[in-house]
Order: sequence, then structure tokens, then C-alpha cells
Amino acid sequence: MVRIDGSGSGALVEIRSLDKKYRRGGEEIDVLRGLNLDVDQGEFVAFMGPSGSGKTTLLNLIGGLDTPTAGTVRIAREEISGLSGRRLAAWRARNIGFIFQMYNLIPVLTAFQNVQLPLLLTGLSKSERRAHVEAALELVGLSDRAKHYPRQLSGGQEQRVAIARAIVADPTILLCDEPTGDLDRASGDEILDIISRLSKEFKKTIFLVTHDPVAAKRAGTQLLLDKGTLLGRGAEGSSGPAPGDRRR
Amino acid sequence: MKFLHLILVNLRRKKTRTALTIGSFMVALFLFGVLMTIKTALGSGVDVAGANRLVVRNRVSLIQPLPIAYRDRILQVPHVTHATFATWFGGYYQDMKNFFPNFAIDVGSYRSVYPEYKFPEEQWRAFVEDREGCVISPPLAKKFGWKIGDRIPLTATIWTGTWEFNVRAIYNTDRKELTTPELWFHYDYLDERRTFFKGLVGWYVVSVDDPGNAVSVAAAIDERFGNSPWETKAETEKAFAAGFANQIGNIRLLILSIGSVVFFTLLLVTGNTMASAIRERSNELAVLKTIGMNDSTVLVLVMAESVIVAAMGGAAGLLLAKLFTLRGDPTGGMLQNFYFAPRFIALGFALALAAGAAAGILPAIGAMRLKIVDALRRV
Repeated sequence: MVRIDGSGSGALVEIRSLDKKYRRGGEEIDVLRGLNLDVDQGEFVAFMGPSGSGKTTLLNLIGGLDTPTAGTVRIAREEISGLSGRRLAAWRARNIGFIFQMYNLIPVLTAFQNVQLPLLLTGLSKSERRAHVEAALELVGLSDRAKHYPRQLSGGQEQRVAIARAIVADPTILLCDEPTGDLDRASGDEILDIISRLSKEFKKTIFLVTHDPVAAKRAGTQLLLDKGTLLGRGAEGSSGPAPGDRRR
Repeated sequence: MKFLHLILVNLRRKKTRTALTIGSFMVALFLFGVLMTIKTALGSGVDVAGANRLVVRNRVSLIQPLPIAYRDRILQVPHVTHATFATWFGGYYQDMKNFFPNFAIDVGSYRSVYPEYKFPEEQWRAFVEDREGCVISPPLAKKFGWKIGDRIPLTATIWTGTWEFNVRAIYNTDRKELTTPELWFHYDYLDERRTFFKGLVGWYVVSVDDPGNAVSVAAAIDERFGNSPWETKAETEKAFAAGFANQIGNIRLLILSIGSVVFFTLLLVTGNTMASAIRERSNELAVLKTIGMNDSTVLVLVMAESVIVAAMGGAAGLLLAKLFTLRGDPTGGMLQNFYFAPRFIALGFALALAAGAAAGILPAIGAMRLKIVDALRRV
């Protein structure tokens, strides 16, 4: 269940009265205003909206990458905006997987080593880490590319490695920031297939930021953000780009 | 250790830059090694000086002699236990570049003042019995391949002609710093053959019963010969050696100044290099933080890169310095004890690590404070 009126309780993600302001050149910009959101475990939510509407900021706040100006973000009943930097980092390692538009792989590490990175922060043994990485790479269909460096992979393959890295530590929540934004349609569809599978088969709670209505249609719930406010559910199959939106 | 691979591949991503930075450390530590070796060599007399020994020389200068008759009068001074004398000869073997210290000693009293030199008794007896005999040090024997029984010609620089000596003894000592290339021979042989300065000696070395009496004994000796044609200057052997070393200037200050400038420059160069490297990778550092790496670990990763570069360059530089010094005195006699001591190797390595850490600290703090959202936005 996904609610935006702040009436829910006991959801995996509970956001209340969330404000985020940035200061640029002496001017204060309201990015998010009084936002409420409840998302149960296993939901697949897509955020759409014009550039600057606050989609990525909302994703960053849910993932503990940024702190709100006001309001609360509770994940699994834990208020994350009050955690210290060290505890927040540990929390992210346990609970959140990130998938970026530009993949953000470490170029000097192989696919295997990139996927293994989050596990280096755990107490797993070398053999356990290997088993986890191999499973993650197999899930994204790249077992045969484990020893390849990012420069030896196509864009779609790089993004699949990034997905493997995001899921290797088995996080509860996956945050995907325009994961198909830099890919052609065919590669993008492959990525969306994997993300959909993670939602359906592995019951991951997924937040997807996208400008692409086709991508958004993969989500169970589409929410429209405009000027820092959640306007409501976008109609499935009809949520085209909002006014002023530009594809990259 | 889990992140060691990540640190090493980061160092390999810009091989030229890493090699140049390592090279900077290598050159700096090589210079450090050579400077410390020179300092050791110049100050070696100070290090080997006995606490209970005094050197008595002519008050005017070291090159002015003293009468041989002073020995008995010095022995009359309270607390003096032994007194011996020596005279600089200044000969060279075949060529000036083969110069090494050589001097005439009082065979009867020299060992009582310098007990740290050990001899097989039969060798010492052979030396005592042969008026043209000489004692050489192990490094000198090694340098020219000399052995017991060899006859060595030395060309005199103060007196005239070629003087020949028979190698009768090679001394041993437990103290490595004492084994410099040198040759001793009979004072009697010198005094008999030379045509001037007869009955005069270069300097006296005096043992006192207690180091605590050294200063008062020195004053008593100077007082005894005051207002005579050959006034003396007595001082502890350590003070004498330090004064001798300082004749060419304040070596410690000079070396400290050069070393400080080199290390400061190294800090700036390495700090700038590390800062550039980290700036280029700010996005990757943000990703590491995103997946859960905490700020302290990021700080350690960046510091470790800098320290590893310093350790590699420092080790290479110190190794080169050691190899350089193993070839021995490069000046042909000016730096007798040209030896890069292990304690200075350890000090150099510690300095390299400290410089690496200092150079890495600002970039590391920058990386630690990096805001994930800002860094990811820069893509």
C-alpha cells in the first residue's frame, strides 16, 4: 500500500511533513514542501515529474544520503534523519541499495570486485563474499563477465553490474535514480526487467525516479512530484512528461 | 587489509604520477641518507671519544708541536693515570688520492690510553720489536689488500722522501665506528729520520682516573705550562673532536637546514599530488560512502595511499643511500667513517612515513568531509 496523505501507520517507509531547502547564492530554494508518504514493504514506486521537482532529493532523503530541513523519515520504524554519520553509513550498508543513472562503477576494479565492495564492509569471509557476488552476477546474467573491467562492458552490462552491486548485500530497499536514462531502449528494457523481477520475485521495496513513462509503467504505483509536492498518483499508462520536463 | 587491493589499484591508475611521487620520496630519502652519513663521518671523532680522556695540544693551533718532555710533567698532575703522544705524518700511498690518516705513536704508552684496540699479542710484539713496523686497521688492509709482512712505501708530505714500513699488526675492535682506514708507526723511527721538529710531538692524550676529574685536570695541565714557550690547551677528547669537526662549520645546522627544505618541498609536492588524485575521484569516494563506507574508513584509505607511496619511495631512497655508502668514503680520506648506521635508516623511514601521512592528511580530511549528494551531482 502506498499513501501520500500521511494517514498510514506501520509502513516500511514513513515520511512526515518533509521539507528540504537548499541555499544557492544567498537564495533559499524550497525543494520539498511538507511531503507525506507511506510505502509498505515490497512496493514498487515510481516518481515522475519535471526536472527540479525534487525527485532525486526525495530519493536521497529516503536513502540517508541527505538530511531534511524539517520533518521525519522513518524506515522500518527507525528515524534515520537523527542518526549520526557513522550510524547512518552502517544503516545504508544494511538496508539500502543504490542504482545510479551513470552506473558509477569503480573503473579500476573488475565487475566482480565492484560487486564485492559493499560486502567488504561486512563481516563475511572471503568464500562467503565470493558466493554472494557470484549469485548477484548470475541474477543479472553476467556470470561470464566477472573478470571484465567496466571499460570492457557495454552500458547495459555496466548497469547490470551496478544492480548486482546494489543487491549483493540483500538490502530491503532499492533506490534507482533514472537507471535507464543513459541507455538505449533495448538495454533499458533489460534493466527494467531485472528491477521488476527484484520487485516481484525478491519482494524488494523499490523507488524508481524516471522521466520515462514506459519505465514508470513497470512500477505498481506512479507518483507525480511537482515543485516539491506529491500531487498524487499518476494514471497508469497515461503519465506522460509533465510540462517543462526535458529528456536527457 | 580488505581494502588493500583497492588502495593498490588506485595507485596504479596513474602510473606516471605515482612513479614521479615515489621518485620524489626516493630522491629526498637518498639525500637524507647521504647527509646523515656525512654528518656521522664528520662527527665520528665525537662519538668514539672516551669520557675519561683529555687531548693536550699547543695553545696556538693543532699543527704547532709540543716538547716530548711534557709527558713526564703531565704524568705528575694529580688524577692523571696515563699519558701518550702522537704526531701527524701525513704520508700517502703511491698517489695523493690514496690518502689515509697515518701518524707516529709512542709505542710504549699508546695501548694503555687506548685499550679498546685489541691485538694478537704476537703481532703487537712483532710491531714493538721492529722499528720500521706499523699497525694498520682492517679497512686499510682490505682497501689495499695488505697483509702481515708486507712492506709499504709512503710518500711524506711534511718531511721529505719515501718512508717504508713493515706491516706487523692489524688491530681489532668491537666498536665498528673505530675501524677507519689508518696506520700507526713508531715515533722513534720518525724522530730519528726527520730533519726538523726533533724532540717535538703533535699532541698528548691523557687518561684520568675519573671522568668527573677531567675538567679540573685539564685546567691543571694548562696552568702547569702557562707562560712557557709551548703553552697548552687541554680539553676532553669529546670537546676536541667536536671542535675539530666544527672547523668546517656548523654541520648539524647545515644538514638540518637542507633536510628541512627538502622535506617541506616534498610535503607540498606530495600533498598537491594527493589532492589532485582525490579531486579526480570524488565521485568514486561518494559511491563508496553511498554503499556504507563511513568517513573514518575513507580517511584511512586516502591516508594509506599517501603513506604507501612514501614507504615505497622512502625504502628505495634509503636502499640506494645504503648501497652508495657501502662503496666507502667517496672523498679519498676526508670522510673516514662513511657508514650509514641502521638507526639513521630507521629514522629516515620513520620520517618518510610521517611525511607521507602529513602530505595525505589534508586531502584525506577533504575526502572525509565530502558530501555525497554534492559529489554525485558533479558527474
